[in-house]
Amino acid sequence: MTIRLLDHHSRPLHLAVELDGTGRHPAAWRRTDSRAEELFTAGYWVDLSRQADDAGLELVLLTDAFTAASAGSGVVSGRLDAVAIAARVALETTTVGLVPLATTTHTEPFHVAKAVQSLDHVSHGRAGWEVGVSTTAADAELVGRTGVQSAASLWAEADAAVEVAVRLWDSWEDDAEIRDVATGRFVDRDKLHYIDFVGERFSVKGPSITPRSPQGHALVVVRAGDDASLAVAAGRADVVRVSAPHIAAAGAERERVHTAVRAAGRDPDQVTVLLDVEVLTAPTAAQARAEVAQLEAWARHTPRSLTYTGTPDGLAGLLHDLQAVGAADGVTLVPLALPSGLAQITQQVLPRLRQQGVLSETPAAGTLLRERFGLSRPVNRFAQEVPA
Amino acid sequence: MSTRPSKRTHPKQVHLGAHFPGVNNTTVWSDPRSLSHIEVESFVHLARTAERGLFDFLFLAEGLRLREQQGRIFDLDVMGRPDTFTILNTLAAATTRLGLAGTINTTFNEPWEVARQFASLDHLSGGRAAWNIVTSSDAFTGENFRRGGFLAHSDRYARAAEFVEVAKSFWDSWSEDALLVDRENGVFLRPGSVHEVDHRGAQFTVHGAGSLPRTPQGQPVLFQAGDSEQGREFAASTADAIFTRHGTLEQGRAFYADVKARALRHGRHAEDLKVLPAATFVLGDTAEDARERADVVRHQQVGPQTAIAFLEQVWNRDLSAYDPEGPLPTIDPDVSRLVAQGRANVAKDPRAVAQSYRDRAEAEGLNIRELIIKVTTQQQFVGTAAQVAQEIDTYVQTDACDGFILVPHLTPGGLDEFVDTVVPLLQERGVHRTAYTGTTLREHLAVPRPAPDAAAIREARAS
Repeated sequence: MTIRLLDHHSRPLHLAVELDGTGRHPAAWRRTDSRAEELFTAGYWVDLSRQADDAGLELVLLTDAFTAASAGSGVVSGRLDAVAIAARVALETTTVGLVPLATTTHTEPFHVAKAVQSLDHVSHGRAGWEVGVSTTAADAELVGRTGVQSAASLWAEADAAVEVAVRLWDSWEDDAEIRDVATGRFVDRDKLHYIDFVGERFSVKGPSITPRSPQGHALVVVRAGDDASLAVAAGRADVVRVSAPHIAAAGAERERVHTAVRAAGRDPDQVTVLLDVEVLTAPTAAQARAEVAQLEAWARHTPRSLTYTGTPDGLAGLLHDLQAVGAADGVTLVPLALPSGLAQITQQVLPRLRQQGVLSETPAAGTLLRERFGLSRPVNRFAQEVPA
Repeated sequence: MSTRPSKRTHPKQVHLGAHFPGVNNTTVWSDPRSLSHIEVESFVHLARTAERGLFDFLFLAEGLRLREQQGRIFDLDVMGRPDTFTILNTLAAATTRLGLAGTINTTFNEPWEVARQFASLDHLSGGRAAWNIVTSSDAFTGENFRRGGFLAHSDRYARAAEFVEVAKSFWDSWSEDALLVDRENGVFLRPGSVHEVDHRGAQFTVHGAGSLPRTPQGQPVLFQAGDSEQGREFAASTADAIFTRHGTLEQGRAFYADVKARALRHGRHAEDLKVLPAATFVLGDTAEDARERADVVRHQQVGPQTAIAFLEQVWNRDLSAYDPEGPLPTIDPDVSRLVAQGRANVAKDPRAVAQSYRDRAEAEGLNIRELIIKVTTQQQFVGTAAQVAQEIDTYVQTDACDGFILVPHLTPGGLDEFVDTVVPLLQERGVHRTAYTGTTLREHLAVPRPAPDAAAIREARAS
């Protein structure tokens, strides 16, 4: 596993971390170091986000689900709103991208769009949005507005919600605020635009109530799972999350995304594919295995992607290999247990990756999140349409 | 009466809130000191100033569609706002004690989501969240939302009341001690401690449990704004504080007595419902200096174009051809339409208003702009710091209100002078705290934490 392959890919590996409660493993809260009692406090999330920020990770992905408390008393239950957490840590961090998941099924596209847009304002251009859908009847009953939808319908609605968001983000041109005392005008209303979106499940007139944000468009992140979500990822995403059981399968997933991106008329170079890697590391491989065995004894967890259990050296080697074979443009490290897993990543794994030259340099303060993914600030679609 | 003045051994404490400058002509943008209304630094400045002044809370208004006039976006006022929840959660990081109050509409949201967003804010701020409940039947704003503008005007409070009822059920759905975290036995939640909401009503049919533990405040503080009969009843039964218009001492006392009496009729203590009018202010070194400054501000607030725009809102006609420095139109208002969209206050009888404007302009020899400066809202407090401190204290001690939500006219420094000069005088009078004594907004406002079994009590009452 630690064989060094010849490195033909000079592109540095993008590195994100997913922060999900006390870790992705459902029994992780039972570890003595879990901080489960603090799960619903700001201190917990500020500590984790600062750690990720200080270590130079590129993205903090904050999971969310539009769902009620779990019925089982043995697993973690309860969840803070992810956009709220991202906003809460915005002033506590300086360079890391903040990417809350926000669902589009039972929410208002107008509210979601301006919340993410505002996150971009308060974080000075570090906001992303992971687009999610609500699939269950239980979710639907919490709102009571609609019933359960098919995957195709859910993702078609998500696609429309992203379209609405992007139009709203462009609905103020950058220089719309003029403060012209002579004419008494605060804005040049010719630089404000109705978006006039008419869709199957909602229509939105616009403009946004929020001016254009530092990035213009927040980084759009979509997990490509089934074909319906892949289509939205291909058409809309700046960053696509994929899962795969091993490196070879990861390469195939990346190809699948690239094919879909090309089919959608976009350039695969404009899309970053991040592979989920579930991780638990410890000073020795034996200890790591023992820790996972303990978690599994408490509750079963079926890995949702490639899993690494072992030493920080081994994980660094795996990531080096992933980069070398070009199986992914980057990785979302998904700690099975938090906060221990994050401490391992930031203190043990990242220094090794830096030594190996696998990671990019930490960008200068003020760098837009998009720029770290090779994307420029988007031209305003409405500004383009203005005739001479 | 209801506030038991005879039992008072100490003067009433003045409750102060800081209103982030609004999206309207009260906010002066032409002044060189006026900075961004969007950048987080402006919000942080005002919040930290309010916290330095030991205020109870910062307050954000909301408007979900840009205003229009004559079918075009209204371009004369400060415009644009960030998302309320995003800003309040961000400010939780920039402050440690200050309450964080946001206006959220019950017409263009769903109870489950709003309940969760306020619960998240309350957790992430350590018990400092407040919700200013507003309702709308505005189809114009509805064009930005799924539900559109279907709500009949008369149903606004029906929806609001049911919305809040459902939100409260979600806030109460976890028992106070639900979070057990028994690692040894693998029990995260105390069995039986999470109660599902099963609500079937005219407005909402929802089922399921809340997604968060009971919050530090039990429930966020509830504000209600609205002076109508329905609004007063809703506030008296449900709210912890009323955000109201400022009036004279007599008007204030009448309103105060009315809503406190209503609270008593709803089985509540009068002091558990706080009355907090909005108030603008201009300070000066002398009374004369303050009056001069206030006049300058009024002219900034009502520029020539804004004067015409105000007139158009009464006349419902395009009056752009009129000279702001000239006489009022002799033509009558068009009563068949409304030129302004997205405004709460419109003239109910435009012809009568127009005639009263003409009469006053003639009697006092005023041109259009001068008249509009006089007939639109004046600053409530104009004077030296000592005068303003005394006036505020008088309003509170004579039961015209329990404090004020102060609305600065400049972003973000418009509260600085008040905090530097008026707050110390209120402290000298013994009516404003010299240090925060509590950590939650409920403690600052001296309103009770809802009982953990509130849901059960409500169910019992309903049956």
